[in-house]
Amino acid sequence: MSRFEFVKWSKYFGGFVVVVLGLSLWGASDSDWELESMKPNLRDKDSLQRGLGLYVNFCLGCHSLQYRRYERTAKDLGDIPKDLMLENVIFTGQPIGGYMKSSMSKEDAKNWFGAAPPDLTMVTRVRSPKWVYNFLKTFYIDDNRPFGVNNKVFPNVGMPHVLLPLQGFAVEDCFGYEAVDLLELESILREKKLEGILTRTDRETTFEPLDPSKLREPNCPELTTIPESGLYNEEQFDQAAYDLANFLHYMGDPSREIRMSMGGYVIGFLVILTILAYLLKREYWKNVPKSPPRVRNEHTSEL
Amino acid sequence: MSESLENRGFIARSMTWINERFPWTPTMEKHASKYYAPKNFNVWYVFGVLAFVVLIIQLVTGLFLTMNYVPTAEGAFGSIEYAMHEVDLGWLIRYAHSTGASAFFVVIYLHMFRGFAYGSYRKPRELIWLIGMGIYLVLMAEGFFGYLLPWGNMSYWGAQVIVSLVGAVPIVGADLAEWVRGDFVLSGITLNRFFALHVFALPGVLVVLVFVHMVALHHVGSNNPDGIEIKEKKDEKGVPLDGIPFHPYYTVHDFFAVMVFLILFCAVMFFAPEMFGYFIEKPNFEIANPIATPDHIAPVWYYTPFYAMLRAVTFPLFGLDAKFWGLVVMAGAILIPVALPWLDKSPVKSIRYKGRISKFMLGMLVISFIVLGYLGTIPPSGFGTATAQIATLVYFSYFLLMPWYTQREKTKPVPERVTGGH
Amino acid sequence: MDETNSSPVTRRYLLIATSAVTTVGAAGAAVPFARSWSPSEKAKALGAPIEVDIKKLKPGEILKPAPEWRGRGIVVVYRTPEAIARLEAENRRLADPMSKRSVQPNYAKNSTRSIRPEIGVYLSQCTHLGCVPKYYGEAKPEQFDTSWKGGFFCPCHGSKFDLAGRVEKNLPAPTNLEVPVHQYENDTILHVGIDTEKFDE
Repeated sequence: MSRFEFVKWSKYFGGFVVVVLGLSLWGASDSDWELESMKPNLRDKDSLQRGLGLYVNFCLGCHSLQYRRYERTAKDLGDIPKDLMLENVIFTGQPIGGYMKSSMSKEDAKNWFGAAPPDLTMVTRVRSPKWVYNFLKTFYIDDNRPFGVNNKVFPNVGMPHVLLPLQGFAVEDCFGYEAVDLLELESILREKKLEGILTRTDRETTFEPLDPSKLREPNCPELTTIPESGLYNEEQFDQAAYDLANFLHYMGDPSREIRMSMGGYVIGFLVILTILAYLLKREYWKNVPKSPPRVRNEHTSEL
Repeated sequence: MSESLENRGFIARSMTWINERFPWTPTMEKHASKYYAPKNFNVWYVFGVLAFVVLIIQLVTGLFLTMNYVPTAEGAFGSIEYAMHEVDLGWLIRYAHSTGASAFFVVIYLHMFRGFAYGSYRKPRELIWLIGMGIYLVLMAEGFFGYLLPWGNMSYWGAQVIVSLVGAVPIVGADLAEWVRGDFVLSGITLNRFFALHVFALPGVLVVLVFVHMVALHHVGSNNPDGIEIKEKKDEKGVPLDGIPFHPYYTVHDFFAVMVFLILFCAVMFFAPEMFGYFIEKPNFEIANPIATPDHIAPVWYYTPFYAMLRAVTFPLFGLDAKFWGLVVMAGAILIPVALPWLDKSPVKSIRYKGRISKFMLGMLVISFIVLGYLGTIPPSGFGTATAQIATLVYFSYFLLMPWYTQREKTKPVPERVTGGH
Repeated sequence: MDETNSSPVTRRYLLIATSAVTTVGAAGAAVPFARSWSPSEKAKALGAPIEVDIKKLKPGEILKPAPEWRGRGIVVVYRTPEAIARLEAENRRLADPMSKRSVQPNYAKNSTRSIRPEIGVYLSQCTHLGCVPKYYGEAKPEQFDTSWKGGFFCPCHGSKFDLAGRVEKNLPAPTNLEVPVHQYENDTILHVGIDTEKFDE
């Protein structure tokens, strides 16, 4: 049963289903941030299951996967048993055959924010798994934004950093304002109504003042996560971002694996048929008398 | 006599029964076993058959797609995703159709190039050429209407841009665009009529035109890479000396070609159905959003050469704005091959025996078409626009200068009998 | 045409081989189209097993509103001890008393056609032409039958079924009401559309 451990364990994150709603301004996302490479691996079912666990806990509150049913997902991700799904993955009281829809109604979202957070079933096909991976990793504290955070890959994204409890606080290395003191940072977050996230980290978070020597050049090419400010260390958080991107890659193109293997067989079959067709053609054409060869250089001298 | 009839096999007797009531055997003979095609066809002569194969693929996969499709603004996108995610092997049918759309244009452009190169449009095949141009235009319309149906964001904005083009027509433009849309914006109403045209009207027209295209071809006989009329040299039985029966020789030949084509087709369909965003554009994986334009609107690759020409016109003329002249240039570029049979004054048909200018111009035509095709996929830029303007001039000069250069240049002597081949 | 170069034998073998492989290929190409007609995941999800709560069901009554499974009504009937006794005793009037020709899971192939004698679960669809039989639970003279012992009566063509859904002789309906696969989770929760037998397969 160890392969389903994460799915089971993930329910402890249930409390983090962030009710803070975000308006994602889909589309306006030009950024020259250099994307780190990310190679999805659909064979890694453990990663996909962890991605599912993270998704239902942190993302599904706002972003539906409305073209996919829980049951199919459970089956594709390595036959996750129904009980385990009902207990740990389906928080919305839907049946296992139901679509993976957010419990937030579109009307609510529209009333509060003017637009609903987009469905993410095919986000990796609109963007790419690599983009999603980098997007998740590049939130940083920015008190000019309504949710107290900004994003390097999707500048001015209108969405809170829902993975903040896991990652902790990422700052631009050349953190511009005086709030190198993290207590002030905390008050900023509180002001932005993000204290919910702060108090739910389920443990004492110790804030260390940021070392001013870390301030570097003004164009802020790097983000630094303040150590010990999140549940995960950097490696674990990278893995979480990877798992989510990998899971969404599966989501966008569920037929991918079957398509690839089926394609191999079909093309193999066609190659055999093509060889036969060629032999047949050659045999018949033995009866066709050859024409004289083309004369190519006949009048190169003429012109 | 009746006795000999009795002794024949069941199949032979059945054929007699049928032939007394329907001209089955004569039809087969006319179009296959006694249709004499030149024996020197090269690889360029397979694309007509391939286009026919793609047409069948599109008709069958399209039929099955409509079984899951909902032609409403609310339901269209979801119904495609339903077919992709929930219908058993629905994704395969959808990818076959989307790959088929691009494959159709690949083979049609190559088929048309064959006609350009070997003078297939010239007497006595002018009508075949005109019917073929008709097929091409219907195909472009078919592709355009079909691209709206998934109701993705690129579908929506692509159609929006093209429909607005109609608005460039002087005086009645705005009313005309509204009439085409049936609404003040592109909406579910537009989707409904495009759906009807895409699945019912245009496929019907296409099938009829393809039939007529083939009847006309089999009436006058096929051209060949040498541009010689094989019917001029016949044996005592009236069979062209350089002709071979289409069946079995070209049936086995074309069957082989179709198999090679299907390998390539399946490679795309199974391993890269989006073809890196060229066959299915990325923004089309999100639902149409009338208030959010994709970062960069580009039509599908098969329209981009003409789209680039549209954008290349950046100056007003005779008191009419650039948008209108862009439309004129684009329409002109699409339609001008219609005039080819009367523009080509060369004493020879095939590029093999035409002079250097013709070869150069044909090469330039291909280069300009590819350059324009590329420019149409990228966002406009100053350099891009200048390049597109030059390429547009090159494209048109192939046609408009043709009466001059085909008469002026020296041609090579055409052989008496066909050369080359297998 | 020079007919001598190619060997008719080779040609025939190649023709047979190519035709055979092409036929296989054509059949293979038809598979996606055929398979796309089978119930999609949406249809399967809508046809998924349902959970029925029978807590409020009282003896002599049927569950209202009738639960629906795969687009058809399910009648859940709670039989009184007297009714059960009658079911076991009387079967001379019935067309298929032992349910030999009728459709039901093995665990419902008994005189009450049910898992628990008091609770009967049937598709409320007449086996004649698919009308919904009405429930007349009490053993009292009815307009359509003066010696009515309680059961179901089809208003369309007059077929009569007893409280175990067994059809009477010489009436249009040929077989007993169908019993859907079902199982009990506990005393009050019933699942229709799934049973352990099938689940373990």
